[in-house]
Amino acid sequence: MEIPDDLHYTKEHEWVRVEPDGTCTVGITDYAQEQLGDIVFVELPKAGEESEVTRDEPMAVVESVKAASDVYAPISGVVIEANDELPNSPNAINEDPYGDGWLVRIQPKSQAELEELMSAEDYEELVAGLID
Amino acid sequence: MKRQLEPPIFEKGSVGRSGVDVAVGSTDIPLDASLLREELDGFPEVSEPEVVRHYVRLSQLNYSAATNFYPLGSCTMKYNPVANERAAALAGFAGIHPYAPDATVQGALALIRDLEQWLCEISGLQAVSLQPAAGAQGELTGMKIIRAFHESHGRARKKVLIPESAHGTNPASATLCGYDSVSIPSDARGLISAQAVRDRIDEDVAALMVTNPNTLGLFEEDIVEIAEIVHGAGGLIYMDGANMNALMGVAKPGHMGADVLQFNLHKTFSTPHGGGGPGSGPVAVRADLEPFLPRPRVIERDGRLAWEWNRPQSIGKVRSFYGNFGILVRAWSYMLANGGDGLTEATRTAVLAANYVKARLRGRYHLAYDRPCMHEVVLTDRIQARLGVKTLDVAKRLLDYGFHAPTIYFPLVVAGALMIEPTETESLETLDDFIEAMECIAGEAETEPAKVREAPHETVLSRLDETRAARFPVLTWSVQQARP
Amino acid sequence: MLATIGIGSVDELFPSVPAALKAKAALALPDGLGEREVLERMQALADANELLPSFQGAGAYRHFVPAAVSLVMSRSEFATSYTPYQPEVSQGTLQAAFEFQTYVARLTGMEVANASMYDGASAFAEALLMALRVHKNRPRLLVSAGIHPEYLEVARTYLEGYGRGQIVEIALAADGRTDLEALQAAIGSGSDVAAVAVGYPNFFGVIDDLAGAGALARKAGALCISVTTEALALALLRSPGECGADIAVAEGQSLGLPVSYGGPGLGMFATRTAHLRQMPGRLVGQTVDEEGRRGYVLTLSTREQHIRREKATSNICTNQGLAALCVTVYMSLTGRRGLRELAIENTQAAHRVAERLTREAGLALALSAPFFNEFTIEVPDCEAAFDRAVAGGVIPGVKVARLLPGRPEHKNRLLVTVTEMTRASDVDLLIDRLRSRAAA
Repeated sequence: MEIPDDLHYTKEHEWVRVEPDGTCTVGITDYAQEQLGDIVFVELPKAGEESEVTRDEPMAVVESVKAASDVYAPISGVVIEANDELPNSPNAINEDPYGDGWLVRIQPKSQAELEELMSAEDYEELVAGLID
Repeated sequence: MKRQLEPPIFEKGSVGRSGVDVAVGSTDIPLDASLLREELDGFPEVSEPEVVRHYVRLSQLNYSAATNFYPLGSCTMKYNPVANERAAALAGFAGIHPYAPDATVQGALALIRDLEQWLCEISGLQAVSLQPAAGAQGELTGMKIIRAFHESHGRARKKVLIPESAHGTNPASATLCGYDSVSIPSDARGLISAQAVRDRIDEDVAALMVTNPNTLGLFEEDIVEIAEIVHGAGGLIYMDGANMNALMGVAKPGHMGADVLQFNLHKTFSTPHGGGGPGSGPVAVRADLEPFLPRPRVIERDGRLAWEWNRPQSIGKVRSFYGNFGILVRAWSYMLANGGDGLTEATRTAVLAANYVKARLRGRYHLAYDRPCMHEVVLTDRIQARLGVKTLDVAKRLLDYGFHAPTIYFPLVVAGALMIEPTETESLETLDDFIEAMECIAGEAETEPAKVREAPHETVLSRLDETRAARFPVLTWSVQQARP
Repeated sequence: MLATIGIGSVDELFPSVPAALKAKAALALPDGLGEREVLERMQALADANELLPSFQGAGAYRHFVPAAVSLVMSRSEFATSYTPYQPEVSQGTLQAAFEFQTYVARLTGMEVANASMYDGASAFAEALLMALRVHKNRPRLLVSAGIHPEYLEVARTYLEGYGRGQIVEIALAADGRTDLEALQAAIGSGSDVAAVAVGYPNFFGVIDDLAGAGALARKAGALCISVTTEALALALLRSPGECGADIAVAEGQSLGLPVSYGGPGLGMFATRTAHLRQMPGRLVGQTVDEEGRRGYVLTLSTREQHIRREKATSNICTNQGLAALCVTVYMSLTGRRGLRELAIENTQAAHRVAERLTREAGLALALSAPFFNEFTIEVPDCEAAFDRAVAGGVIPGVKVARLLPGRPEHKNRLLVTVTEMTRASDVDLLIDRLRSRAAA
């Protein structure tokens, strides 16, 4: 179970990487992709100035053969980029959840929200509790 | 001879063949050419013997209740009496048109009225509509009735309380009526508690949807108190009657506080499952909800039966015409054959069978809830999972033993659920054979787990790639896709 | 068994049912009967239904069902099997469903079809809901007045309480087709229209201008839905796909199912690949097993209720399995030539009857647009003429006023349907009974 320690996390199993330019790349964790099974379809929000997302609200859908899961926005902001490759190869989420399997890049609205995200350590604890 | 796969019909035949003779007097078509299509492209040209052979071969690739035991929990795979088929095929039923004058179809109307009355007696409710075409449509009808009821009292409520263990159609039906679903967790007993309902009830709750016995096969023991709480706040109780096979002649939903209930004729009342339909989902309601039932309704007028369309408070129609009449005929035939005593006997035997299976398997498989069960029992793969064998593997290995798998991974509240509903029509010998197969598999999980994990081995196909099917959907036949 | 469970009698099997709820008396229902008596009772009920020569259609059509269809339908392996959740042992059901999907797509000229819905009416309601999902911000649904009244009522019932979606009825022109000018006027700027729905053929038997309506819909960015009650018509007419429909729904009962007092029927639902994920209902897809052999599975189930729950595209659980199988076998038997020739025979027969009614009984067509196998005539004092005909041994058609009461233009209209099952003697009887007017 991979949980890179340079990322932030949510209890809904999303990860957040703060890029050098201050934007945030978002995806779902290794634990999440394993729970879902083979991903067959992804529905991403459109990128653009009007594409606002609010923390804890559903912003995308990830579908596997056995489950369809909402992906919640880990922070509020504007979706400036969506991973256009993903609809053609949704398996990237299974194979490389923290790399090619990224979902969207968000321009965050609030620094405070970023600070409220979970650390890798806290997330690891959360997952350990679930696996039991 | 080992069963062979059969290519799709589109890969058969030859130009010019047909399975029917059509006498075409002249080729003069009295319609303008611009209105017409050229040809029926992509339709095969096969002879009758080729068609019959093709579909008979396909049938041989199918497991069915007529082949062997189908322990599918929540599906009530009881025996489908063949006499029902003979009844449904009678010309006086199969040949009548829904718009035939009422005076010319008194037999059909009598059947409908009598079937409604029997369902009232069984449910303890006062009025029934046979219009919904399936259980899910019955649920939708029931929820629309509840919505109309609240509207008629000048209050539109927004929420519906639904146990987490409920079948997925429950929240889906609630959504279709514009309601938000609020989930009620199952407690340690596997039931919903009166307290859990009390914590969530308010004047914005339109209804509580409950299955009783619930999807774990357990009777909701707090149901009377729960109904009082919901009624006290002005809400209604919707009961999902999928598990009626556990209640007939034993307890009536109407006495438990249910206001609306849907039946599944293809479960409790023996009409065949047909590989996924057609079914029928009649709805029963409390007397004061009768005006909201779908229209038309059968009434007596001048000594004869007739359809009454003047039903100003009716929610309208959910199906064209009057319902799945051919299925109603089959259910009626079953009910006449059983009578009140037979239906009660069916319930008692079904509950006996489930408890027997539970008593025999509880050592080898983990029992999800160690409580008295009704007509179905839920096991889990907890013991086998430690050896790397999951519910899915057990299900697939059962196919090798010649049994259909039980319902798996439902209800969602139990991890690795294996739900077994024997029904009342299986002999003790069959149950024992099934139990023995399950015991063997439990043994294999310990000694040769790979055999279970890689099952099935004896079926015409091994495990199918469902990921590929979803990622690259091929939903119709084409020349390009014919050879994967 | 009791010993294994550890109880003394079956009465002890219900400890979890509160005593107050346990039945004190037996069900107030008669005792069960033996097989012979049951069949005698059923026969008596069946005999209490008269099978008169009939010219009724209006959504339920009497066609010949070849014996081979009944044979396949009664094979227990198909009839008593469950939904194919274990595909390795359900290839019969799954492959038949795959063939069905292919037939429906071909018949409607669309790209994908589902494994069937309950009936044409609920398929129509589901098509409207789908249009609302595809166009989330467009609430209006423009529906031709030519749609079958029961279908419209089912659609209204489905939409009630859904939260959005507003049906606007578009009137018919004098010839019986949708008034395209009225449609364009209703569309207006078009930005709030999710769909335009047209009967094809419509309730009055008329072959509506689907292509024309479709063009207007497309310009407005709305979906075009075609609604067919007599599926046989699609074997001869330009397909909905060819006419530019985005969703095609139909009642498939004509293709291998008995009329059976209106049910069970079969809803056909087809659309374009672009809208695949918004399509409700069960879907069967082709795939391979671990050895690379071709096989079939239920797929894209994540749209469905058992996974998506409150976010499902619909609440539908069953399809119409066995009914779809009958239709599949029927289309395999009739095939490319047979189905088309049967359609030709139907329309020829209907046109002959219409002509005879005009010439010999003085009854004119009420609507001038082309028709397939049903047509609407004006019958003076229609109610009385209808009753006289029935008393005289023939059901002459469906009184339009029965389904569209309170509309003066329909007061004397009779919908007459002719199929390959209509005998020459039936037609003679019809002409005779309708020709005799009551004495002035």
